[in-house]
Amino acid sequence: MGVLEAAVNKNMGKVKNNRSSDRVMEMVMYVFAVMFLVILIYPLYFIIIASFSDPSAVANGQVWLFPKGFTLDGYQELLRHENIWIGYRNTILYTAVGTAIGLIVNISAAYALSRKDLVGRKFLSLFFIFTMFFSGGLIPTFLTVRDFHLYDTFLVMVLPFSVIVYDIIVARTFFQSSIPGDLWEAAQIDGCGNLRYFVQVVLPLSKAIIAVLGLWIAVGYWNSYFNALIYLKNPNLYPLQLILRNILITNQMQSGMGTGEAAQIALRLANLMRYSVIIVATVPILCLYPFVQKYFNQGVMIGAVKE
Amino acid sequence: MRSGQFVPGRTFGQIRRNWGLYVLLLPAVVLTLLFAYKPMYGVIIAFKDYSPASGITGSPWAGFKYFEKFFHSYQFSATIKNTLVISVYSLITFPIPIILALMVNQMRANRFRRFFQTVSYMPHFISTVVMVGLMMILFSPSTGLLGSLYHLFGGEAPDLMGSAGLFSSVYVWSDVWQHVGWDSIIYIAALSAVDPSLYEAATVDGASRWHKVRYIDIPMLMPTAITLLILRVGGLLGVGFEKVYLMQNDLNITSSEILSTYVYKIGLLSSQYSFSSAINLFNTVINFVLLIMVNQISKKFSENSLW
Repeated sequence: MGVLEAAVNKNMGKVKNNRSSDRVMEMVMYVFAVMFLVILIYPLYFIIIASFSDPSAVANGQVWLFPKGFTLDGYQELLRHENIWIGYRNTILYTAVGTAIGLIVNISAAYALSRKDLVGRKFLSLFFIFTMFFSGGLIPTFLTVRDFHLYDTFLVMVLPFSVIVYDIIVARTFFQSSIPGDLWEAAQIDGCGNLRYFVQVVLPLSKAIIAVLGLWIAVGYWNSYFNALIYLKNPNLYPLQLILRNILITNQMQSGMGTGEAAQIALRLANLMRYSVIIVATVPILCLYPFVQKYFNQGVMIGAVKE
Repeated sequence: MRSGQFVPGRTFGQIRRNWGLYVLLLPAVVLTLLFAYKPMYGVIIAFKDYSPASGITGSPWAGFKYFEKFFHSYQFSATIKNTLVISVYSLITFPIPIILALMVNQMRANRFRRFFQTVSYMPHFISTVVMVGLMMILFSPSTGLLGSLYHLFGGEAPDLMGSAGLFSSVYVWSDVWQHVGWDSIIYIAALSAVDPSLYEAATVDGASRWHKVRYIDIPMLMPTAITLLILRVGGLLGVGFEKVYLMQNDLNITSSEILSTYVYKIGLLSSQYSFSSAINLFNTVINFVLLIMVNQISKKFSENSLW
């Protein structure tokens, strides 16, 4: 029967499967997929509707599918908190400058390492890869940063840790597999040097990897709080995530409030604000993502682990 | 020392001709030397009685004093146990992204597939701070979504964020929720590289869809999976600082004090630089040895290895 079926399929020029076991499998799979989607989406959706709802309705479990007692108080409350906006400004600066530096440093190193005619290629690769598995650790790194007078500066947030070896490996694999070697030979004959070749020929052919690494690095800067926690003291330099930590996790908003009705209102607002601040902090980075999504499944990342 | 083709004149000629490539490498090399290798030298303070006044070189040697101090402290077994519980627990969830990728690969409805992928990547872009803030809001037994859900069915919600017994579960499963879609990308890319004629041949032989998954897809994913597994096992004692530190509170501290948070507290909060560096170095060395061992074992049994 299988042979017959296969023959029919072949004649139709299409591989079709009508087995009942296949259909059952397909059903089960879609049921799982939909359940999975609900588990992923609902908490996020809930945060959105809760940010527009009356906080007591949220606390009493009356908000499920739609906002209840529509209000923008949470967002208005956000506007009053100056430190959030200072954090926002700082994060935008760190992300923009850090991503630019990160792209320049990592992409150019990756290209050089992708060239087979680079003398010392193996040693240089090892030089970088070793740091993935071995490090001086927190305190020695902290002391180094302090010795260079980078502690509590703008620069510490964008420069010292901009080499990301994993990204170098991914980009190196990309260059190896998608920039034809003949191109360099042709350019060389035309008297083109390495640097000009890199800028004028290689980079325009590498939009996919620049987009993907750019997104990774930008998301990393936007979301990290560790370096700020370790290396910053001045609140005016704090990135958004550190301020968020104070609002969402250590609850600094609620300390120093008195009791009574005014305090009750303030507490409610503070609770509401926790929802809206999540939205405001996450939306910008999500907006970046559709622009680069198309590159993701092109196997940009696959080479990294194969190497 | 070098291979047979080493001819000084030609090698230097090549270096001179490719000077541009070294220029491209320069920023990454300098930054790595300064902020990765210099701290590695600084790690000798783990064997010294570091005092800021005398500096790294000037401080007197202390031998293994701080290592012994750690081995004999009650935090030794506690932090190692907590770190291992969390990482072994996460290791068990390792197949989940693979299952997800196999599922996505089976989806025939293209629009649904694309939607599914987009949604499943999204939580990855949420920052750790927001993620933990989200968990604190949603899991609050009195005012959160979970509390409301339990209320609906007439129960009392457990305090997930304030329970030592549940800490590792909350940590690991929230991680799965956040990153499973993203972690599956690499497997989806590997599956998209499978030669379609394999499936056609299998169809001709009467294979069901399950057979194709079992005998084509899963074997195709093995090399990628093993490589990633080696890296994971190598990082067994390297549970990240960021999320655990944010999730820590007085109620769950007995399960949530791990090596990296302890290193931070001893080092930066109580300024015992040498002691902290010793714990950190101990951790790094164990990770390094584990990685090499696992890689060696894998090399022997499956021809998959990192290098």
